[in-house]
Amino acid sequence: MLGIDDPYVLMAYLGAISMAVIGIIYGLVRRNAARDEVTPEDRLWALDEKKVDDDV
Amino acid sequence: MTGQSSVGWVDIVVILAYLFATGYLGWLGYRGTRSAADFLVGGRSAHPIIMAVSYGATFISTAAIVGFGGVAGLFGMSLLWLTVLNIGVGILIAFIFLGEPTRRLGHHLGAHTFPELLGQRYQSRGIQIFAGALIFLFMPLYSAAVMTGGSIFAATQFGIDFEVALLIFALITAAYVIPGGIKAVMYTDTLQGFVMVFAMIFLLIFTYMSLGGVTEAHRTLTDMADMVPAPLAQMGHQGWTAMPAFGWGATTYDLWWTVITALVLGVGIGVLAQPQLVVRFMTVRSRRELDRAVPIGAVFILLMVGTPFVVGSLSNAWFAQNGPLLQGKVVEVIDAEKDRALVELMQKGESGTWTPIISPKTQAPARAPMIIGERTSAQDGDGATFELVAGRSIAATYTKGDADKIIPAFIMAAMPHWFGVIFFLALLAAAMSTMSSQFHTIGTAAGRDLYERIAEKGHQREPSILVMRLAIMIGLLIAVTISYTVRQEYVIARFTAIFFGLCAASFLPAYIGGLVSKRVTRAGALASMTVGMSVSLFWLAFIKAREASAIGLVQMVTDGKTSLLAEYPNWPSVDPIIIALPASLLTLILVSAVTRPPDQAHLRRCFPD
Repeated sequence: MLGIDDPYVLMAYLGAISMAVIGIIYGLVRRNAARDEVTPEDRLWALDEKKVDDDV
Repeated sequence: MTGQSSVGWVDIVVILAYLFATGYLGWLGYRGTRSAADFLVGGRSAHPIIMAVSYGATFISTAAIVGFGGVAGLFGMSLLWLTVLNIGVGILIAFIFLGEPTRRLGHHLGAHTFPELLGQRYQSRGIQIFAGALIFLFMPLYSAAVMTGGSIFAATQFGIDFEVALLIFALITAAYVIPGGIKAVMYTDTLQGFVMVFAMIFLLIFTYMSLGGVTEAHRTLTDMADMVPAPLAQMGHQGWTAMPAFGWGATTYDLWWTVITALVLGVGIGVLAQPQLVVRFMTVRSRRELDRAVPIGAVFILLMVGTPFVVGSLSNAWFAQNGPLLQGKVVEVIDAEKDRALVELMQKGESGTWTPIISPKTQAPARAPMIIGERTSAQDGDGATFELVAGRSIAATYTKGDADKIIPAFIMAAMPHWFGVIFFLALLAAAMSTMSSQFHTIGTAAGRDLYERIAEKGHQREPSILVMRLAIMIGLLIAVTISYTVRQEYVIARFTAIFFGLCAASFLPAYIGGLVSKRVTRAGALASMTVGMSVSLFWLAFIKAREASAIGLVQMVTDGKTSLLAEYPNWPSVDPIIIALPASLLTLILVSAVTRPPDQAHLRRCFPD
């Protein structure tokens, strides 16, 4: 199949494409499934991170 | 090499225009929202494409494209298993299972670096210092791999010396990372990501088209299995579209153990514990943003690593059909019907006679498999008449066996010159986006995790910016020195694999254990990290023949052998990760089981939900 006789290499070739397809399906299915909120703790963390970034 | 090129003024203008565009975008971003943290501070969401491509551009570098692509040119498509792991582990598992717990834990504890995350999770200054030191000491090895990849390509594409290319590359890197490019400027990363995507799509389509389509290209390569050079065949190479021979107890299985344990597992698993990637999860706004980034990340990685592995392998078919003609004398017929033979390569001297080309590696006449196209009569140095054959060979013949040069040589020989410049820009982009995060990690490891923690003695200090900048410069110097001095067989892929494997064995059990288990203790984590690192380094210095022989300690204690297990086939090819990671995991479990659990108040802080 596809000019590749070794089943393990063929499996890797198709497996890599399949992994990407799984990723696409996952992203589409879970697109709005999880919550999207920024907590005060998240913002505090980001302010601290930004300070270090700006200093450097 | 396959030919000579030079730097034209158009090349220089295109490259400068790109660098200015990157700089301008960076400056535009600098004035407004630029880093992931800025998005978070502003309470806004980075577009999933920006998040995913920026992560991918950090993940993928010249090491993957030139280094591992070249290894695929040498060993074949079995390396595609690494693509499977890069997407399956590096994107799916990392984003879906580790991203959110890492983000939450980092924010609960106020951690900003990977060593700080481990140190705070286990309430241990020692763990933070340990992790910071390991990153500071060994990350330059990975940076050197990235730098070597870019320099080899530039040297090949523009026909300049490797040393000159390295110097230019180092100066560009210094100009990029020292004054402020080390900030995770997401828009710049994304621009670089898009340049990489365009280059890879074009490269993949062009390669398949030039070989007659997908199936035809693969079929041509499959039919070339009898042209595998003898030294590789003796290690278990069975063709570029076949897995290496699998088994244990004979040197004919060495290649399988090298490809699968070092390159596929070492890098495929090691990505989970890459400090510069783990911290990216903490800058993400929410679980939803992570979920939305998965599809783009998966496709991006498929293109970035799948393309060079396929193209690297197929370069053998392209060179066998279209490569420059080589001449020589038949030593052994491989297949009379297909007119394939093992040929002693020859060159025409000034006197008009033909003399053998001497291999710099073996100091003997160079031999290569050849598809013969022409036969003529010629005279050798002694005046004797012989049959001179001319034909084409596999990719490694044209790069004198150097895997790191296969992708550059293929681009140079097969692709239009303008694409070589675009591809160089893509590599520059890949190198810069990765190196900016590497040097940022080196800087914070030295400043925040080492200097501040060692000098702390119980009271809070401001981050030492001077130490960070100094560490970045030292790291850069070390990386350039390594690139300049170490030029061995597929060194780019090996350096990358060493660093990834070392990170996996040292950090992975403690990192994942800290995310998912409340029972893992400080002593367990520290013991696990110590065992993982010690076993890895011992294995590299004394067992794994290729690395051990380069380090040189093992020869001193064994009177010249390249491994303590040199008498036991396959052991010297096994990667440290196979031994060190299970040892590190077992240590984590056993020591945690017999030591006092962490206090409940701290666990409530780590896992308030």
